[in-house]
Amino acid sequence: MLEGLLIGLQTAFSIQNLLMVIAGCLIGTFIGMLPGLGPMSIIAIMIPVAISMGDPSAALILLAGVYYGAIFGGSTSSILLNAPGVAGTVASSFDGYPMARQGKAGKALTVAAVASFAGGTLGAVLLMVFAPALSSVALLFHSAEYFALMVVGLSAIAAFAGSGQVAKAIIMTILGLIMATVGEGALFNLPRFTMGIMDLQSGFGFITLAMAMFALPEALFLVLKPKDLKGDEGEIKDLRITKDEAKAIAPVVGRQSVQGFFIGVLPGAGATIASFLGYAVERNIAPKEEQEEFGKGSIKGLAAPETANNAACTGSFVPLLTLGIPGSGTTAILLGALIALNVTPGPRLMIDEPQIFWAVIMSMFIGNLVLLILNLPLIPYIAKVLAIPRNYLIPFILFFTLMGAYIGQNNATELLILVGFGICATALKFADYPLAPLLIGFILGGMMEDNFARSMQLYDGIAFIWERPMTLGLLVVAVLLVLLPSYRARRARARAAGVADGD
Amino acid sequence: MALDRWIALILLGICLTYGYAAWFTMDGALPPFMQRNPIWPSTFPKVLSVLGIIASTIILLGFENSELKEAEIDYRRLGDYHLGQAVTLLVLMVVYALCLRPVGFLISTSAFLILGSFILGERKWHVMLPVALIATGAVWYLVQEVLGIYMRPLPGIFGG
Repeated sequence: MLEGLLIGLQTAFSIQNLLMVIAGCLIGTFIGMLPGLGPMSIIAIMIPVAISMGDPSAALILLAGVYYGAIFGGSTSSILLNAPGVAGTVASSFDGYPMARQGKAGKALTVAAVASFAGGTLGAVLLMVFAPALSSVALLFHSAEYFALMVVGLSAIAAFAGSGQVAKAIIMTILGLIMATVGEGALFNLPRFTMGIMDLQSGFGFITLAMAMFALPEALFLVLKPKDLKGDEGEIKDLRITKDEAKAIAPVVGRQSVQGFFIGVLPGAGATIASFLGYAVERNIAPKEEQEEFGKGSIKGLAAPETANNAACTGSFVPLLTLGIPGSGTTAILLGALIALNVTPGPRLMIDEPQIFWAVIMSMFIGNLVLLILNLPLIPYIAKVLAIPRNYLIPFILFFTLMGAYIGQNNATELLILVGFGICATALKFADYPLAPLLIGFILGGMMEDNFARSMQLYDGIAFIWERPMTLGLLVVAVLLVLLPSYRARRARARAAGVADGD
Repeated sequence: MALDRWIALILLGICLTYGYAAWFTMDGALPPFMQRNPIWPSTFPKVLSVLGIIASTIILLGFENSELKEAEIDYRRLGDYHLGQAVTLLVLMVVYALCLRPVGFLISTSAFLILGSFILGERKWHVMLPVALIATGAVWYLVQEVLGIYMRPLPGIFGG
C-alpha cells in the first residue's frame, strides 16, 4: 500500500496537476452555488475538457476538484439562502439557514467547509484501507435492504415533530410520498395521477419542489416582514469556531464520516440518504438540551449532514473502482469519462493500472485540502452576499429560484408549478406545518417504492421483511428512531408534571 | 377554526381524492399479465391514502393539542405586513414565467430584475439599470455560452 501511495503522490504532485485541482475546485464552487446545477451536471459539462487532456490521471484530478467544489458550492446556497440545489444538501439547510439568520453565516460556512473536509478526508482514508474488502459487502445489499434503508432515512422527520407536531410532521411526509407517486414510475411504465397533463408525465422536479418549499416562502417572508439578514449588530461576525464548538462537533464528524462512508459504499443509497440519516442519528444521540437546538441553528445539526454527505460521495467510489458499478449519477458520469480515457474500472484496475487507482485517491486528499485552503479565506466574501441591500437581494433570490427550476427541465410550465407550490408552502408555513418532511418524503418516496416493488416481486409477497434479517434489523432501527424521542419527551413531560403536583 | 385545521381539511380532501383515484380508477386498466404481480401500481398509493386520511383527521379533530407559540408572522393580521409587495412580486413571477419563451431571456430577465427592485421600493435608477443589465448578461453568457444550455435570448421575430 505504501508503494501505491508513493506512486499516487508522485502523479498528483506535478505542477500541472496541482493547477488542475485548483482550477477544478474554483469552477466547481462557483457554478455549484447556482441552484439547479449540482455536481452531476457540472461534471458532465467538464467532461469534454477532461477528455481532451488525454492523461487519465490529470483528468480525474480535475474532475475530483470539480466534484468537491460543487458539493461545497451547493451547501453555500442552502446555508445562505435556504435554496438547496442538490438533494444531498437539503439536510444542511435545516440548521445552516437558521445559523445564517442569527448572523452566524460565516461560522456556518466555516463549519460546513471543515466538516466537508473532514468527511471527505476520512472517507478517502477508509476508501484506501477497505476498498477491496468492501466490494463484496456492497453486493450483499438487496432491494429489500434498500427499502428498509429508505425507511430509516424517513425517520429523520422525527426531528421536526416538535412539541405536539407529530401528526403535522407525519401528514407532511405522507404528502411528500404522495407527490413522489405522480408521474411515470420506473417499474410500472404507466403514468399515474397526472390528470392527463403532459407536463406532469415525468413527475414533479426535485429542484422545483425544493425551491418552492424552502427558498420561495423564505423570500416571501422577507418581503412581508422586512428585517436584516445580517444579524443584530448588522455585521457578519464569529467566523472562527471556538474551542468548545470544535470539541462538540469532533465526535459528530468522526461518527458521521464512518457512517456516511459505509452508506455511500452501497450503490444507489448515496449522499442524500447519508445526510438525512446522519442528521437523524446525531439528533437522537444528542443530550436532551442539545436536541432542542436541532433545527434552530445547532452546529452539530449542520456538521452531521455535511460530513456524512462528503464521506458518502467518497464511499460511492468503492463500487466504481473495484467493481466497475457506478453507485450514483455522478459516478456513472465519471465511469463514462474513464472509459473514454481508455481506463476500465473493475477488479483488475488496482493490478493493471495502480497509478490511476492511487492517483484517484490522492486527488481526493488534494482536492479536499485545496478546497479548504481556497475557501476559508473566501468565506467572509461569500457571506457578504447577505449584506446586499434587500431591494436587490430579493429579486435576485427569486430569479435564481426560477432559473434553477428552468435550467433543469427547460420547461416554462415548471415555473408556474413553482409559484403555485410556493404559495401553498407559504400558507403551510403560516399554519406552522413543518416543510422539510415533505421534501424528505418526496426525495425518498420514489426510491422507496421502486425498491419495495422490486423486493415484493422477488419474494412474491412481503415475506422479505422477516426472511431477511438485515431488513428486519433496519426496520426495527427505524421504529426505534421514531419512537425513542417521543417516548423521552413523554417521560420528561410526565416528570415535569409530577414535580408540579408535588409542589 | 384555526388556519392549521382548515389546511387539514383541505389535505383531507386531497387524500380522499387521491384515495378515490387509487382505489377505484387505477386497477381497471391494468393489463392481465400485470394483475399476476404481487404489487400493483396502485398498491403504494392505496396505503398512502389511508395513512394520509388518518393523519389529517387527527389534526382536523384536534386530538393532538399543540402548544400555541408565537408565530413569526401572524396570518390573522396579514394586512399589517407588506402584503401588496408580496402579491405583486408573485404576479411578476407568473408574468416572467409566461414571457420567458416568447419574449426571450435577455429582455424578460432584465425587466424582472428591474421591476422586482422597483416593487420593493428602489428608486435609484442609475444603480438599478446597470445591475440588472450586467447580471442578466452575465447569467446568460454563463448558461448559454459556457455551459451550453440553450436559452432563447431575444424575441422569436428577431431570430433568437
